[in-house]
Amino acid sequence: MTTTAATRQITYGEAEREALREEMRRDPNVIIMGEDIAGAAGRQAQGFTDAWGGPFGSTKGLIQEFGAERVRDTPISEAGFIGAAVGAAATGMRPVADLMFIDFMGCCLDQIMNNAAKMRYMFGGKSKMPLTIMTRIGAGVGSAAQHSETLYSMLTHLPGLKVVAPSDAYTAKGLLISAIRDDDPVIVCDHKRLLGRRGPVPEEPYTWPIGKARILKPGKDVTLVGISLMTTVCLDAAAALAKDGVDAEVVDLLSLSPMDDEAVLTSVRKTQRLVVVDEDTPRCSLATDIAALVADEAFDFLAAPVKRVNAPHTPVPFSRALEQAYMPTPQKVVDTVKGIMG
Amino acid sequence: MTAPDRATLRWLFRTMVTIRAFEEKHMQEVNAGKPIGGGHSSIGEEAVPTGVCAHLTERDFVASTHRGHGHCIAKGVDVKGMMAELYGRATGACRGKGGSMHIADVSKGMLGANGVVGSNLPLATGAGLTAKLRGQGQVSVSFFGDGASNQGTFHESLNLAAIWKLPVIYVCENNLYAESTPVEYSTAVRDIARRAVAYDIPGLIADGMDVLDVYEKAGQAVERARRGEGPTLLECKTYRYFGHFLADDPHRYRTKEEEESYRARDAIASFKKRALASEWLTQAEMEAEEQRAQALMDEAVRFAEDSPPPSLDDLVTDVYVSYPRIKV
Repeated sequence: MTTTAATRQITYGEAEREALREEMRRDPNVIIMGEDIAGAAGRQAQGFTDAWGGPFGSTKGLIQEFGAERVRDTPISEAGFIGAAVGAAATGMRPVADLMFIDFMGCCLDQIMNNAAKMRYMFGGKSKMPLTIMTRIGAGVGSAAQHSETLYSMLTHLPGLKVVAPSDAYTAKGLLISAIRDDDPVIVCDHKRLLGRRGPVPEEPYTWPIGKARILKPGKDVTLVGISLMTTVCLDAAAALAKDGVDAEVVDLLSLSPMDDEAVLTSVRKTQRLVVVDEDTPRCSLATDIAALVADEAFDFLAAPVKRVNAPHTPVPFSRALEQAYMPTPQKVVDTVKGIMG
Repeated sequence: MTAPDRATLRWLFRTMVTIRAFEEKHMQEVNAGKPIGGGHSSIGEEAVPTGVCAHLTERDFVASTHRGHGHCIAKGVDVKGMMAELYGRATGACRGKGGSMHIADVSKGMLGANGVVGSNLPLATGAGLTAKLRGQGQVSVSFFGDGASNQGTFHESLNLAAIWKLPVIYVCENNLYAESTPVEYSTAVRDIARRAVAYDIPGLIADGMDVLDVYEKAGQAVERARRGEGPTLLECKTYRYFGHFLADDPHRYRTKEEEESYRARDAIASFKKRALASEWLTQAEMEAEEQRAQALMDEAVRFAEDSPPPSLDDLVTDVYVSYPRIKV
């Protein structure tokens, strides 16, 4: 990992595209497939190519360099092409599959849950599954109930899957490269509202280790654990709290499975207070999992109850007024922290 | 074929122009920067829901897609409630909680637009099971696109409906594109109707730009279903004039010439010509229908704009039947 002072600023989406390009150059076994990842498939002769470059532009320009053999548009067949990626990964390729929205996990969960996650274990460790699935999470863009879920908790529940959630352009590139090089199946959860945000990103390939969190802001009074977009919510809350003399530490979780337990515990042992900010629905969530971890391992250090700020336990509403109320906000985090500062 | 009766012809025309007026108004409101959600325009495809739903009553079922406004209107969903839903208002068809991709009115047999491609086929199959078990002659229709015909749910649904002889009409709106992906790339057969062979059920093809052809073929399928003889796959060859969603520029994947060739066969314009030539409807009658549709849309927008947003309490209602509210 190298971060130079003169690092360029690029968007989260561009950072992911750069990671894909660099890994595809480095390793001919890396292929990518998904719906409209280039677009206008099969119409090169008519002058159409790369019409979309991915539903979010994440793969724009790759087909020109690597061709349609390695940048494969698929029919709308999630069970088919995600399953095919699992099969290709099991037999020596290093595929990246693009699942447009995590909500569509429902169409292909069997392949992920029963094949990708279990083969290595079921086969006594005699197989590898170097599969990466990139998918989009999160509410706040008016996409309603079937295109706005977060759902990473559901995947974290499954042994055998690695799950990561970058929080900015830098970690997006580093974690995607780690995911591609990893011999296990890794789900990369990208929040829609992070894709256009700019940040410093080194041009050369680098990795951010899967399973490693980072401290984005040190503090001594309370630990805020953020995931994906919620990390930025934590930073905004910490800035607001600082004005009231509360020094919050912000832990950016980054990896959901495996999780950096020690980073969370070390922080909580220091600050004695914990608020987990998680956009996923609250029951059986990352937030409850982290609360249980701290109850187990750091109970004696706690000066206040562990608090969770989640979305409500509902599907994502369409109406703008309701969707805004649905999202965890810096204000909700500030209010929660104030409730436990005694 | 002999032309349908005058009342039916008038309903076909009224329904097509209402769908188009709704879609045009929606696009206009979005482009004007109004606080309205986006969506997927079905302009160009009006003949398909119209020609199919002409055979249905409120007791029959329809399951729809992300491009579902036309299915809703043809199935009798209130246009004001639809517009208010796009505005996310409390008076919307789903009280503002669903939006364009989830408009539903179960009381009208409209089981919802659906945001997941291929997701509605098993639903419609289940509604067909209800119809069969109740034995009251109801039928169920699934509308879906060429893209959905490559999902496993398509194949599993057709097989299930075939072995159980369910009264389901699977209406494939083949508009040539799954998002930006051309059907000739994504789909192993040229005529999706051919896939019916694999399930030993009839596979019909209709000209989806001709409402009377859709009406005739759908009539055969609905009659077969009502007779208890089982499902039919009806492929309607159609075209969406605009992009996959409102902000999508389709000229990144298809030619203007292709678009022109379909617009030249526009379902509404060609129906008008035939209706005049055959003296089915007068010019004045059709103009009155068009004006009626425009006025309805103006009224729908006023209704939506005058309606309040949902109460914040509504955020946590209707998750379960048994609790008015859940603990947040």
